[in-house]
Amino acid sequence: MFSELLGIAVIFGATVLLAIPLGRYLATVYRGDQSWSDFLAPLERLLFRAGGIDASRGMRWQQHLVALLTINLVWFLFAILVLCTQGSLPLNPDANPSMAPDLAFNTAISFLVNCNLQHYSGESGLSYLSQVVVIMFLQFVSAATGMAACVVVFNALKEGSAEKLGNFYDYFVKSLTRVLLPISLLVALVLVSQGTPMTFAGKQPLITLQGDTTAVSRGPVAAMVAIKELGTNGGGFFGANSAHPLENPTYLTNMVENFALVLIPIAMVFALGFYLRRRKLSYMVFGVMTAGFFLLLVPTVYYEMQGNPAIARMGADMSLGAMEGKEIRLGAAASAYWGITNTIISCGSVNSMHDSHMPISGMSEMLGMMTNAFYGGVGVGLLNFFVFVIIAVFISGLMVGRTPELLGKKIEAREMKIALLVALLHPLLILAGTALAAHLYVSNPTEYAGWLANPGYHGFSEMLYEFTSSAANNGSGFEGLGDNTPFWNISTGVVLLLSRYLPIIGPVAIAGLLARKKYTPESAGTLRVDTATFGLMVFFVIWIIAALAFFPALALGPLAEHFSLY
Amino acid sequence: MKNNLASAFRLTLALLVLCCGVYPALVWGAAQLAPGQGQGVQVSHKGRVVGFDNVGQKFDRPEYFNSRPSAVDYRADGSGGSNKGPSNPAYLAEVHTRVGAFLQQNPTLNPGQVPVEMVTASGSGLDPHLSPAGAYAQVERIARLRGLPAARVKAVVDAHVQEPIFVMLGPSKVNVLQLNLALDSLSLAGK
Repeated sequence: MFSELLGIAVIFGATVLLAIPLGRYLATVYRGDQSWSDFLAPLERLLFRAGGIDASRGMRWQQHLVALLTINLVWFLFAILVLCTQGSLPLNPDANPSMAPDLAFNTAISFLVNCNLQHYSGESGLSYLSQVVVIMFLQFVSAATGMAACVVVFNALKEGSAEKLGNFYDYFVKSLTRVLLPISLLVALVLVSQGTPMTFAGKQPLITLQGDTTAVSRGPVAAMVAIKELGTNGGGFFGANSAHPLENPTYLTNMVENFALVLIPIAMVFALGFYLRRRKLSYMVFGVMTAGFFLLLVPTVYYEMQGNPAIARMGADMSLGAMEGKEIRLGAAASAYWGITNTIISCGSVNSMHDSHMPISGMSEMLGMMTNAFYGGVGVGLLNFFVFVIIAVFISGLMVGRTPELLGKKIEAREMKIALLVALLHPLLILAGTALAAHLYVSNPTEYAGWLANPGYHGFSEMLYEFTSSAANNGSGFEGLGDNTPFWNISTGVVLLLSRYLPIIGPVAIAGLLARKKYTPESAGTLRVDTATFGLMVFFVIWIIAALAFFPALALGPLAEHFSLY
Repeated sequence: MKNNLASAFRLTLALLVLCCGVYPALVWGAAQLAPGQGQGVQVSHKGRVVGFDNVGQKFDRPEYFNSRPSAVDYRADGSGGSNKGPSNPAYLAEVHTRVGAFLQQNPTLNPGQVPVEMVTASGSGLDPHLSPAGAYAQVERIARLRGLPAARVKAVVDAHVQEPIFVMLGPSKVNVLQLNLALDSLSLAGK
């Protein structure tokens, strides 16, 4: 038990310690300053030449968005095309069929938006070609998209006023060549050394020691799992994701994978401070995010390590914790830590089945996605946080009777409208979606009987979790939900699209508006945003907007279930 | 817009080569030096492959150390958990049955001593391990069915307990396939 707690403490400590130098490095790279990785510059020039791109051209915020959305559209069409025809394309040794159009739509969107809602199972639903050129490719480029959008916002917060906010392609390509590809390679090397497969051979049939016939699925797993975590996408190679013993074979790989998925989101926070040369600002952001993280982590670790009281009463020894849906080599503590890190960060990979977690743990995981700003996904987490900062600046400004200002730029009605639209869109999509699903289910329980794997409160939680996960672009699920139906494929697909692009467009637009404004140097009358007081303010704004909006729904699902068990 | 579209298309092609060609090729190359050459680490017994070191397999015959319940019956080409919620009455009834069956098979145990992993399904359905307690709880039964001294069966388990990594991180565990292979050779030597 002690060794399990120590294990998660070491993962978190190592992540923070390495995120600080990585943050410094990110700032250097995005600023275009000299760094040790400049030997990659010829490769980047080659990519820009192939694309016919002038990466030194400054872009206005509208141009950033057009470039971002256009390339995303190309990826979307390409992904759909491959998924719908994979059955007749090469690299398909297990002869898996092509996807149905509604499933291909959902899958393409899901990975395009750096989510990993998987309404299929990797072993039987995808060919190796799709795994590599659709899933893995999108895991790289969607992460780089988020990082590039985040740097655009950084630029807007610089001193002085500007029209041009850097070059989208420059940030996007450098995110790949200088960060995502090299670190993925290192992570993949650890994985293969621990026995994760990296092969294009099909599944291997065999007869087990006691004489049963089975077949073991394999594939190019290691390369994909590395970027799946590092890019905070989370989409597993196998159906069981990182609970699968080939995808996550040892406690060491579990530590490395969990480290990889938290690394860049925290590093981006420090990069903000280094980039703007405002170190205290990143301490404030990191402090608020970490406080939120621990608030969700502690109860989850506690309840998972305690185990299920209903099973304890039957005469089982619960010293290992709640082991339904968990792996022995990982244990309850590392599973709880993974569950929370993957939901506060919109990664969504799982190393245990969230559907079988204790009710309070399931609720903490949902709250992580409902707030969606405690670290958050690569790049976009900080964008969500930025929206809450704008709101907090405005409210604090009203409270003390001063013009709301963020780093010398006035926050006015237009920025506030955009920020509030983005902030309120999230609960709207989740609650309206869940309400619709619950209404359909209740009005015809026989028709939709295949939806829910569990009755009662928990069944409601399954639907709530699915929409929360979609709106947070998370992708984990209460996987008992029978979600490969046209209703779920299309409704969650639409939610995914809205909740990816509006929260990128909104903050980038705010950034563009702010950047143009006159810069007022700080004075004694300025509201300082890099203080603990302001941090506390942001913290409460997040909880009031994100958490309280969901309280009634959470009371119907996980809270009711908790009190029925204890 | 038109320029953007052409650039987007061409850049995508170039990135496909880099991210989906060069990068996986490097990992694949490195895997050739790794255990199992990137094919997964296979375990052979008497000249035939009986399994993968990391992939759990079904052991439900009473003379073997049994593996955990599996929601997918250890089908290693279709992993998955049960996804049963903690308060689901049908699920709790199933666990109750498993507790009863385990106590019946291992009558030397008292209620309250049934290792929880023996009555709950793993996340992957392919968990290759048991906790040390899960293996020790089955020693008496196996010794009786195989006609071996319990102390020798227990010694096999002792030899297969894997301590936390770096001495102090993570849980202890026992690989069921390795354990049962050792058990079979012990039986053979005993005859």
